[in-house]
Amino acid sequence: MSAAPILAAFRQSLGEAWAGGAGALLPLGFLGGASVLVPLGIGSDGETLKAVGPGIIWVALALASLVTLERIFQSDAEDGTLDLWLQAGAPVSAIAAAKTLAHWLSAGLPLALFSPLLALMFQAEASPALLVNAGLYALGSLAFFFWGGVGAALSATVRRGGLLISLIALPLYVPTAIFGALAMSGGPGSAGAPLFLAASTLFACAVAPYAMAAALRLAAD
Amino acid sequence: MWTYFANPHKFLRLSDWLAPAFYALGAACIAYGIWQGLWVAPKDEYQGGDIMRVMFVHVPAAWLAMASYSALAIASFVWFVWRHELADIAAKAIAPIGAVWTALCLATGSIWGKPTWGTWWQWDDARMMSVLFLFFLFLGYMALRAAMDTRQKAARAGAILAMVGAINIPLIKFSVDLFTSLHQDASVITADGPKMAAVYLTPLLVSAIGHSLLFGGLVMTSMRTEIRERRIARLRSRELEAF
Amino acid sequence: MIRGERVLFREVSVAVRAGDALLLRGANGAGKTTLLRILAGLTRPEAGRVTREAAHHWVGHREGLKPQETPREHLKLWAQAWGSGAETDSVLTRMGLARPADVAGRYLSAGQRRRTALARLLLEDRPVWLLDEPYTALDADGRNLVDDLIAAHRAKGGAVVAAIHGEAGFAASGDLTL
Repeated sequence: MSAAPILAAFRQSLGEAWAGGAGALLPLGFLGGASVLVPLGIGSDGETLKAVGPGIIWVALALASLVTLERIFQSDAEDGTLDLWLQAGAPVSAIAAAKTLAHWLSAGLPLALFSPLLALMFQAEASPALLVNAGLYALGSLAFFFWGGVGAALSATVRRGGLLISLIALPLYVPTAIFGALAMSGGPGSAGAPLFLAASTLFACAVAPYAMAAALRLAAD
Repeated sequence: MWTYFANPHKFLRLSDWLAPAFYALGAACIAYGIWQGLWVAPKDEYQGGDIMRVMFVHVPAAWLAMASYSALAIASFVWFVWRHELADIAAKAIAPIGAVWTALCLATGSIWGKPTWGTWWQWDDARMMSVLFLFFLFLGYMALRAAMDTRQKAARAGAILAMVGAINIPLIKFSVDLFTSLHQDASVITADGPKMAAVYLTPLLVSAIGHSLLFGGLVMTSMRTEIRERRIARLRSRELEAF
Repeated sequence: MIRGERVLFREVSVAVRAGDALLLRGANGAGKTTLLRILAGLTRPEAGRVTREAAHHWVGHREGLKPQETPREHLKLWAQAWGSGAETDSVLTRMGLARPADVAGRYLSAGQRRRTALARLLLEDRPVWLLDEPYTALDADGRNLVDDLIAAHRAKGGAVVAAIHGEAGFAASGDLTL
């Protein structure tokens, strides 16, 4: 076994994510749009926005991951690329992880880096803490992408799979959302939360690829 | 042992008398539980007065919500490893029935919560949240199975998802506990303390056994239906091939 | 092999040796593609097993070409994935893809996409070729090209298993009707 097929899968997915010229701009636009709806919905009171801001960004990140993931395995199943990857001579779990990572790099990470700007719009004080939070968003969104990837792989052959992915992935997003929001709350228990967040992300990275592999073999069958 | 139970013919023969027995015993237990709960057990003002009697449905439902997902995960695992069709038939039968009890647990909890907590839904209650996510896991499982185009694919996809859900449950539970332990206020009442008076505990246990028997009976009936439906589908396709 | 409740085929035995070309025949829906996918290890048979003693190439009826991918990128990607040092330029020329080499997959004709998929066969020497309807969408020139490739492959001691619906342009060493 060599790492070459895994690198090639990573490269192809990166190319696919950036195809059409939009790249990370599309998910960024989605995140911005979804966040902007919130003040319109709940009112523009500064204190309220400050309180809900971090949570809103978590929710928007979760939604953005679901939206970007819908096609990652579905297009492979449709155009026959999946058949080739399954015979590429590398563990399918590693291929699936490489593809997920590529999509996280082009959609998840840019969103996390963009989050301090949104936080400012939600009345947060400009401080280095916002950069720490961006790191937490990046860490948490990685777990979103891996669990969402399981949903995407399971529904790779399903038409209108997007809704199914959301239903499947939602319960799996719970620990990340809770630990992530807790880490930013500054309240009691928030000190240990980043560690829990890291642990749950690690768990996702360790387990999800095997589930994706089993699901992808099924999608090709 | 598995191969013995994996035989659909033996299952049909066994469940032929076992399912009705479960129904009869289950109905008797539930009737006893309801009678004790509604008329014999004294009401507890601290638990919201007469509304606490919903406990005799709520607690068994909560037990079954957890037990049915465990059963689903075990059946999925057995199918995934040994590929015994009966395990898949069991998993398919368990999901909707388990989901109904999970919904029942949420509904009764909500009804109990309104007079005691003053709200239909308490986000700070770890048990309500955990059961809610369990309900979502059931919904996702059923939706995924329904979306697959053959029964073999439904079985495989369902098994993968049920197992992913099962290994995530401890983490979900832990995170929800952490979430609620920081927000919890004193109004939350724990009904199932270890020192519950026998006047409540006995009917509660009998009721839980009754619900479990009813659940078992329903699952068996549903499995019998599924076995026969698959047989019909097989016969139909053979008929089509003959032409 | 069972699909849903439909038994596609049972008790099929296939063996290919060096230089063989086995044709899979059968009406639409008989299970030619499924048998090929079983041989490739993509589909798990309900019963039975496949023994693979040599690496294989797979060209299915879906080409595996992305809409934004050009033939050149496609071949470079798979050469990289397989760790092959093949000259993609010469492969493109051989397959008649020199002109559309830098045109994205979505603008290619069906025949050009098929040629791109077949071009993967030349990236790396693998003893067994599994081809699902290789002639689909190809013009007369393309069909001759396929025949030439297969002949050269067999001359080198390679084996081919192909599902072909119509006339095959090469002498098969055996055929199997499902």
